[in-house]
Amino acid sequence: MSDSGIGAAVRRKEDFRFLTGKGNYVDDINRPNQSYAYLLRSPHAHAALGRIDTSKAKAAPGVIAVFTGEDIKVGSLPCGWVVKFKDGSPQHEPPHPVLAQGKVRHVGDTVAVVIADTKAQAKDAAELIEVEYKPLPAVIDMADATKSGAALVHDAVPNNICFDWAIGDEAQTDAIIAKAAHVTKIDIVNNRLVANAMEPRAAVAEFDRGTGEHLLFTTSQNPHAARLLMGAFVLQLPEHKLRVVAPDVGGGFGSKIFLYPEECILVWASALVNRPIKWTAERSESFASDAQGRDHITHAELALDKDGKFLALKVSTQANLGAYLSTFAPAVPTYLYATLLAGTYTTPTIYAEVKAIFTNTVPVDAYRGAGRPEACYVIERIVSKAAQELNIDPAELRRRNFIAKDAYPYQTPVALAYDSGDYFTTLDMALKSADYAGFAKRREEAAKRGKLRGIGVCSYIEACGVAPSAVAGALGARAGLYEMAEVRVHPTGSITMFTGTHSHGQSHETTFAQVISDRLGVPIENIDVVHGDTAKSAFGMGTYGSRSLPVGGSALVKALDKIVDKGRKIAAHLMEASEADIEFKNGAYTVAGTDKSTPFGAVAFAAYVPHNYPLETLEPGLDETAYYDPKNFTFPSGTHIAEVELDRDTGEVTLVNLTAADDFGTIVNPMVVEGQVHGGLAQGVGQALFENTVYDTKSGQLVTGSLMDYTMPRADNLPSFTVGTHGTKCTHNPLGVKGCGEAGAIGAPAAVMNAVINALGAVGVHDLTMPATPEKVWRAINGRKAA
Amino acid sequence: MPSVTLTVNGKKATADVENRTLLVQMLREHLGLTGTHVGCDTSQCGACVVHVNGVSVKSCTLLAVQAEGADVLTIEGLAKGNDLHPMQAAFRENHGLQCGFCTPGMVMSAVDLANRNKHPSEHEIREWLEGNICRCTGYHNIVKAIKAGAEEMAGGR
Repeated sequence: MSDSGIGAAVRRKEDFRFLTGKGNYVDDINRPNQSYAYLLRSPHAHAALGRIDTSKAKAAPGVIAVFTGEDIKVGSLPCGWVVKFKDGSPQHEPPHPVLAQGKVRHVGDTVAVVIADTKAQAKDAAELIEVEYKPLPAVIDMADATKSGAALVHDAVPNNICFDWAIGDEAQTDAIIAKAAHVTKIDIVNNRLVANAMEPRAAVAEFDRGTGEHLLFTTSQNPHAARLLMGAFVLQLPEHKLRVVAPDVGGGFGSKIFLYPEECILVWASALVNRPIKWTAERSESFASDAQGRDHITHAELALDKDGKFLALKVSTQANLGAYLSTFAPAVPTYLYATLLAGTYTTPTIYAEVKAIFTNTVPVDAYRGAGRPEACYVIERIVSKAAQELNIDPAELRRRNFIAKDAYPYQTPVALAYDSGDYFTTLDMALKSADYAGFAKRREEAAKRGKLRGIGVCSYIEACGVAPSAVAGALGARAGLYEMAEVRVHPTGSITMFTGTHSHGQSHETTFAQVISDRLGVPIENIDVVHGDTAKSAFGMGTYGSRSLPVGGSALVKALDKIVDKGRKIAAHLMEASEADIEFKNGAYTVAGTDKSTPFGAVAFAAYVPHNYPLETLEPGLDETAYYDPKNFTFPSGTHIAEVELDRDTGEVTLVNLTAADDFGTIVNPMVVEGQVHGGLAQGVGQALFENTVYDTKSGQLVTGSLMDYTMPRADNLPSFTVGTHGTKCTHNPLGVKGCGEAGAIGAPAAVMNAVINALGAVGVHDLTMPATPEKVWRAINGRKAA
Repeated sequence: MPSVTLTVNGKKATADVENRTLLVQMLREHLGLTGTHVGCDTSQCGACVVHVNGVSVKSCTLLAVQAEGADVLTIEGLAKGNDLHPMQAAFRENHGLQCGFCTPGMVMSAVDLANRNKHPSEHEIREWLEGNICRCTGYHNIVKAIKAGAEEMAGGR
């Protein structure tokens, strides 16, 4: 292993600029003659729009233009996935206008946009817009939304049900459950979360009348997809006249995948007013307009035989979609959720049904893990509950049901085929690092101090590296999910690599460079990785679903293969040898069995200065592009173990320890991987203990609409984590990598809640919903129902 | 419009601002110092932490006019050319940053902690960071970085 190749903990290339204030985030960008936009948003969850009087706002100082839904006649924001009802009919797809048309459907829905010389002028003028709202009854809870006679979020969607979908054999599952030795039943709420990337969404748009070109800087995880969706569906602009740049982006966690109204409005309006326009969300706007995550209500039943072997699992879930279909919303509670319900186990029969429901709340879409944390939470809670009911150690019950090490490829009953894994080793690693065996002693010691101590295990699996395009297409995706890489070797041997993935914290500029350095022997400082600009990278589907290295990295390896192969032809010519005799290693081409050698840099130079070059058979230049479409998903897995102490007097939960043992396949940079795991774990702990998105169930007001109301995990809420890895290689991509970005957020919630509920067992309580706030825990300990 | 003069990163800087202009807006929008970030609107996140007269301050909690005459240090003024400040170097060495957005505030806050407490414990660091939110790192490596950076600043290891 070289000090900058695959497996090395290389310090990051991107850090110098971030540490010295030289990052280039969207709000840092200012264009000549720039104006500012402010969005007027609905204060009502559901209301008919009457007259909107913008005359005073238009006359206010500095105001350039005011637009409402009446003015902006463009296409609806598209949805990228179609899910079908059980009877085969397609989901309901009500329009999602960029500015409200006739009706507002959630607090924060966009009503009008003011464009002015300064941000303050735009904001001041927005206060002068008079909007006649006729409030309508709002549906906030899913139970209320599906009652007969409930108000309709969209008139064309009966009962507010977008789709009612199922997977698996219901009759067979019911039959097994009916005669099983034991059935564990559970009701689960998967709380709604706000991604809260620290950088709020922002956009700057400008139009060049000379060339007819639109330029958009936006906080996107996938600028090419944003360009395609905006150009083809909303604004009818061809790709070659719309350049989308996602420069440094301050975190995404899914929330910056989707196409949003604001960026479309800016592109449209900047051409009309003929000035660049900037918009930056305030945090309160982020809460009221960034797609939110999770929000499931689930009933599940697990059938077991007398030895604790899982026989069947039946799951019924209601998924809240909010007021509109966000870009990938339908895929999250279906194909990214129910297909994971086998977990790490051999459960032979599974049936799941999912009802997706519109409500007068902010749209819901992918948030770190997207469907997989929800699936993991169902499985890992019900398995721990079964263990408690059957008085079997929860780690032992898991081990008894794990898919055997030699059973791969393993076909689950819910469509997925796992290519590799070893759940036993990661479980054992986690048990050892968490000193699981010593827990009873620690619990006794805690009890002496008056504390309730609990331990929780979670053995998760996830499907990452999205996705084989043909499979995704068959399941309703309206996009392909391959990735692109271009490796441009310059005449003197330095390299610029272009990727269609996007790094917003994931460290691609370093890790992709390591892959290149490893393969070509070029020093890492001579390699730059470029991402986030549709004018630079030919195409790409962006970063989400832990796909960048498994899919984008595989495209990179393919491009590197092409470079090495072309270089071999050039080297053969230069050394007057047969191509078949040329070997490439450690950055040089050699003629096998001789001491003849040509360094890679000399080959690159010859490619661009082809004085002595096989021009009849080979083109000059050394620049190769490759596309890679994955053959399967990848399946990272592992075990997370949490240990907590509960304070009987205050209900406060202290997370004493969180241990993770993960299988991510090959690891390119262990330092980066650990960082990804830490961050995911913190978000998982956030879901379990702190975070919850609360709407007033009558008015639909977002109660947790700021960082003062929505509890983000802070440094003093968390311990340092214990993390480790044991890799089994992915069998179908060239690096053997599986993806590591989401694991923490998938495994940690169940581990932490299993620990909290394990602790509560001492006072006879065996269930609690997330987040385990001090109030809830105190009430559980003291036997009081929630107010 | 009031005119405000500050010393920023050792140099005099003057701008005409509105009465309501916040210090962070003056830094970012008038002086072009975009290293200092804005992550919220309730003074919770700490992305905008700078030093005012030697101590860490959330620059969104101060009007620019209140800072008249102050000595302000931003993230841009911390390194000497290409030589990172020990705290910046420690963040790099310990992977204390991912997306980089909270980083300027974290680093400026950490430097103030290390100025006050030469050998902060993990517990003290975590308590000190109560006003700085990071969504990427889970704080694990930030805590490690601050401990290492403080030790380096104290001149020992």
